[in-house]
Amino acid sequence: MTDITHSLLYLSGVEVSFDGFRALNGLSLDIRHGEMRAIIGPNGAGKTTMMDVITGKTRPDDGEVLFDRTNDLTKLDEAAIANLGIGRKFQKPTVFEMHTVEDNLLLALRGNRRVVHNLFWRRNAPDEGRIDQILGTIRLGDHRARAAGALSHGQKQWLEIGMLIAQDPKLLLVDEPVAGMTDAETETTADLLREIARDHSVIVVEHDMDFVRRLGVRVTVLHEGSVLAEGSLDQVSANERVIEVYLGR
Amino acid sequence: MIARTFLTDDRRSAIFLGLLAIAAVVVPFCHLVFPPSSLLHIGTSSVALWGKYLSFAILALSLDLIWGYAGILSLGHGAFFALGGYAMGMYLMRQIGSRGVYANPLLPDFMVFLNWKELPWYWWGFDIFPFAALMVVLAPGILAFVFGWFAFRSRVTGVYLSIITQMLTYALWLSFFRNDMGFGGNNGLTDFKDILGFPVQAPATRAALFSITAMTLMLCYIVARYVVASKLGKVLVAIRDAESRTRFLGYRVDAYKTFLFTLSAAMAGIAGALYVPQVGIINPSEFHPAQSIEVVLWVAVGGRGTLVGAALGAILVNFAKTTFTSGILAPYWLFVLGALFVLVTRFLPNGIVGTFFDVAADTRSARRPAHAGSTSASGRLREAESEAPLK
Ligand SMILES: Nc1ncnc2c1ncn2[C@@H]1O[C@H](COP(=O)(O)OP(=O)(O)OP(=O)(O)O)[C@@H](O)[C@H]1O
Ligand SMILES: [Mg+2]
Repeated sequence: MTDITHSLLYLSGVEVSFDGFRALNGLSLDIRHGEMRAIIGPNGAGKTTMMDVITGKTRPDDGEVLFDRTNDLTKLDEAAIANLGIGRKFQKPTVFEMHTVEDNLLLALRGNRRVVHNLFWRRNAPDEGRIDQILGTIRLGDHRARAAGALSHGQKQWLEIGMLIAQDPKLLLVDEPVAGMTDAETETTADLLREIARDHSVIVVEHDMDFVRRLGVRVTVLHEGSVLAEGSLDQVSANERVIEVYLGR
Repeated sequence: MIARTFLTDDRRSAIFLGLLAIAAVVVPFCHLVFPPSSLLHIGTSSVALWGKYLSFAILALSLDLIWGYAGILSLGHGAFFALGGYAMGMYLMRQIGSRGVYANPLLPDFMVFLNWKELPWYWWGFDIFPFAALMVVLAPGILAFVFGWFAFRSRVTGVYLSIITQMLTYALWLSFFRNDMGFGGNNGLTDFKDILGFPVQAPATRAALFSITAMTLMLCYIVARYVVASKLGKVLVAIRDAESRTRFLGYRVDAYKTFLFTLSAAMAGIAGALYVPQVGIINPSEFHPAQSIEVVLWVAVGGRGTLVGAALGAILVNFAKTTFTSGILAPYWLFVLGALFVLVTRFLPNGIVGTFFDVAADTRSARRPAHAGSTSASGRLREAESEAPLK
């Protein structure tokens, strides 16, 4: 059904500056339907800022950001963009600390976001089933009634990934999912993301090279707000400019 | 179905509603049936006084709904209360008819005094009770909706929002003082004669007004409780604690806030409408910013984010106020109020009910097999969580 020949997300010449500092500098990117892309780059390269632009948190000064060819994301607000089918996991895990794990997933669960609908919403078997299933996937089944604020850092990361799964967006933006995880957890997360990528498009930002290697997908290297190199991990690792950026200082 | 949810799943609600139901019957009964000589008699002034406390409890409840559950600290909620009060006052004024000092069948006395020849258009229809009752809800509701629409769309939050709510009530305070506004200026609306054909001062009317206020408080509580326990309530708490995260999930934060703010303002309007016939007057002082700040104190003292606490805080603080301001301690009331606020926020940061409930919940969960959920770091708003289950 989906036309795999056209881009799901298309960025071209995106410029963002903060008080004269250019965080994004003519950034261009093209993500196809069903593709998973890893984005790497040194600190301050603009990876998170790129996600801010895509999700409507930051308005670019210039450039094009198109989703599914027809939607100009620079004209929409965060909620509208989320409802188009773009979900995001934040670099610093952001869950609803006062809510239980279960309620965090419930709030994320794909569905009607309107006021009146949620005023009269009642618990129902399909939603419960979906939440149970996700709890299993993210291994938080034993913690469903715990306040999310009481989870460990790694568990919060998982919960946020679970919220992404619950949202079931067309495109997932995942910012540093394995920061603070053990090696075993990192491996599981990579497997999980690969599984998600089977029927979703995913952009993953990560510094952990073993993790990126495990994903085994095309890699884009950002540096000073624009694309420095693109290709397989081996290709970009062999790229002289990439080596220079990573080692040269 | 709703009643079952509340009465079986939520002991605190059941106790609160039960007490109100008892008061709604017993107070009028003692007022009307026992002769004044009897020990069980409840005097006219007491009935009116407690009726006033209960209307304040509704106001406090309405503030707790937005402050406790959506983090919107309104420092101008008295404005909505006063608007509801004025709508009721206008109805009561028009019921006076030709019994006023100037015996004008159409114009209230203050208009005759100002030499006005005809009734301003915005007084039209207030002789009809259902219309006035509708205005009690619509006037504050529409103002809140318009205010919320602009403020929440522009993402005004926190202290800035509090300041503009304060400015709103301040502006209304200044306006309602003016004679040419047509609301009785400085003196406001008073000298009411009857309501729905019953004399306002008669014991039976007072008893009925008390009962109605108690039942309205019950109803408002049930509505508020339903809202906070619904999925919408969970969205609100999410907005309160991580507003932008909620947006990234696709929720229109401004729509949620505007809805709640409007609901809360309508509730405050109803509180004002019940207040006016029981105290016999509405004047611009109700718009004074200090009034609105007092409401915040009631809620803080009783326990923000607990609903029951807000209502009890209103009753308690106002009971104390009456006690203090009527004796030799009168000059010290503001010091007492200030001290109360400092002590409660210092030693009972969850308010009286919040603290009590936490203790009760801890003892209960200690008896139950280990089940986390009471492990959240800061306890202040925890009850918002633990009382949420919707079965
Ligand atoms: N709101 C802001 N105001 C000012 N400067 C900002 C803002 N957001 C980001 N920056 C700057 O823009 C640059 C890019 O930041 P960004 O967070 O996108 O980097 P990143 O690639 O995600 O880095 P990291 O790997 O450390 O997360 C940084 O120098 C950062 O300090
Ligand atoms: Mg980053």
